[in-house]
Amino acid sequence: MYSKTVSLRFPKKTVTEPIVVNLVKKFDLTFNILKATVYPRKEGLMVMELRGHRKNYQEGVRYLKELGIKVESIGQDIRRDEEKCFQCGACTAVCPTYALYIKRPEMEVIFDKDKCSDCE
Amino acid sequence: MPKKKTTKTIAEINKKIKQGKVVVVTADEMTDIVKRKGTAKAAREVDVVTTGTFAPMCSSGAFINFGHAKPTIKGSKIWLNNVSAYGGLAAVDTYIGATEPAEDDPLNRVHPGQFKYGGGHVIHDLVAGKKVELKVTAYGTDCYPNKEYEKKITLNDLPYAVLLNPRNAYQNYNCAVNLTSKTIYTYMGVLKPRAGNVNYSTSGTLSPLFNDPYYLTLGIGTRIFLGGAQGYIVGPGSQHNPEVERGPNGVPLRPAGTLMVMGNLKEMHPKWLVGVSMLGYGCSLAVGLGIPIPILNEDMARYTGVSDDEIFTQIIDYGEDYPKGESKSLGQVSYAALKSGSIKFNGQDIQSVPVSSYVRALEVARILKDWIEQGSFLLTEPSVMIPTVNSLK
Repeated sequence: MYSKTVSLRFPKKTVTEPIVVNLVKKFDLTFNILKATVYPRKEGLMVMELRGHRKNYQEGVRYLKELGIKVESIGQDIRRDEEKCFQCGACTAVCPTYALYIKRPEMEVIFDKDKCSDCE
Repeated sequence: MPKKKTTKTIAEINKKIKQGKVVVVTADEMTDIVKRKGTAKAAREVDVVTTGTFAPMCSSGAFINFGHAKPTIKGSKIWLNNVSAYGGLAAVDTYIGATEPAEDDPLNRVHPGQFKYGGGHVIHDLVAGKKVELKVTAYGTDCYPNKEYEKKITLNDLPYAVLLNPRNAYQNYNCAVNLTSKTIYTYMGVLKPRAGNVNYSTSGTLSPLFNDPYYLTLGIGTRIFLGGAQGYIVGPGSQHNPEVERGPNGVPLRPAGTLMVMGNLKEMHPKWLVGVSMLGYGCSLAVGLGIPIPILNEDMARYTGVSDDEIFTQIIDYGEDYPKGESKSLGQVSYAALKSGSIKFNGQDIQSVPVSSYVRALEVARILKDWIEQGSFLLTEPSVMIPTVNSLK
């Protein structure tokens, strides 16, 4: 089973079309939507975790790209500034996906990129 | 209070440090030792217990003398990297406070403000060896005719720079919830509505004043770890209040003692003085501070043996009560429970979140332990004690 969190940027013309549902119907993928919004200029942004066989995942992503949707990996551009972070843990109160969590009993603050939904 | 039977003096401990025979343990290790061996044996075996804390401490700042300009100037308005510093001192003296935001900061005009740069960040940049823009304006006098002066300075260039924090190392602090229906942004961090999280700030068993709850070994002149260097306690801090309700172990159940501390900024390290931006609240400075507690007798062994499940604080609503100036307790909770990651509140499990770094606190205690073991840090005899409870006076 393959799983990856991606962001989809929908161009104006695709915003009104049912697309994500086809990932299930045509490619046997499951998804967990972490964030979805349509901006004032009618462009859409969706962040989701996609799960399924690797081959199906690749075909599903190709399908999205053919429709003009930009598919990008998440979490790569989000990083922790090691010089500024002193591992207090205050961030864990607001992290919606538990990408930031405290390892006990050490009380270390861990950032798990794979779980990051690029919320802000 | 039990009768005190002195077993050691600070002079005797210092002799052991010089001979390389001193036994130093961190406060978390002492908790185990006292549990396993009892207070009498722990007092015989252990000479010093080191403590540590690392958290935003807003009442912090630095006295700086930036040296005379040519022609001379008596600064009345002073800025460091566009952060206002106090101008009401002698000609080229100033005090930069940790919470002062930069002049052009939008503050909370778009709530919650980000407070990206302030006094705490200036102090961090100075200690990190970065160039800082000094700007001074003045009204001009016969002896100080210059009216405007600008210069790039570094910590190295400054004739004098001393960290002097009027209130650090708070002995216990409220833990905060928000009972309103909207997210709020406080100095205790972001608090989600309907008690979505409870935030606390302490290093618990490692925290300096939890290990000497009646301030029996500390006072003016006590040498400490401050900002990565050796500093000193110079007095009780602002809001120092020993007369609060305490548990049977002497540990206060509410905010109590505080310390004023001082040290040479030039000897400090940027890892241990970090500028902080608190969303919707303001700027601050996270300070690394550690105090060595000499185990002079069995009482001190017992005090330093305190564990997280014997230290309690009060749950306070920062949504409505605290802003009104009412800090009524909604319940008492142990630090062991808070540290576990969730507590029971009104019948529900809520996430407990630290705003104080336990990882760094432990590092402070370990560094202090190393310094003492290696003989590079000797204990000092306090010249005047910190005010304690009336019943002990």
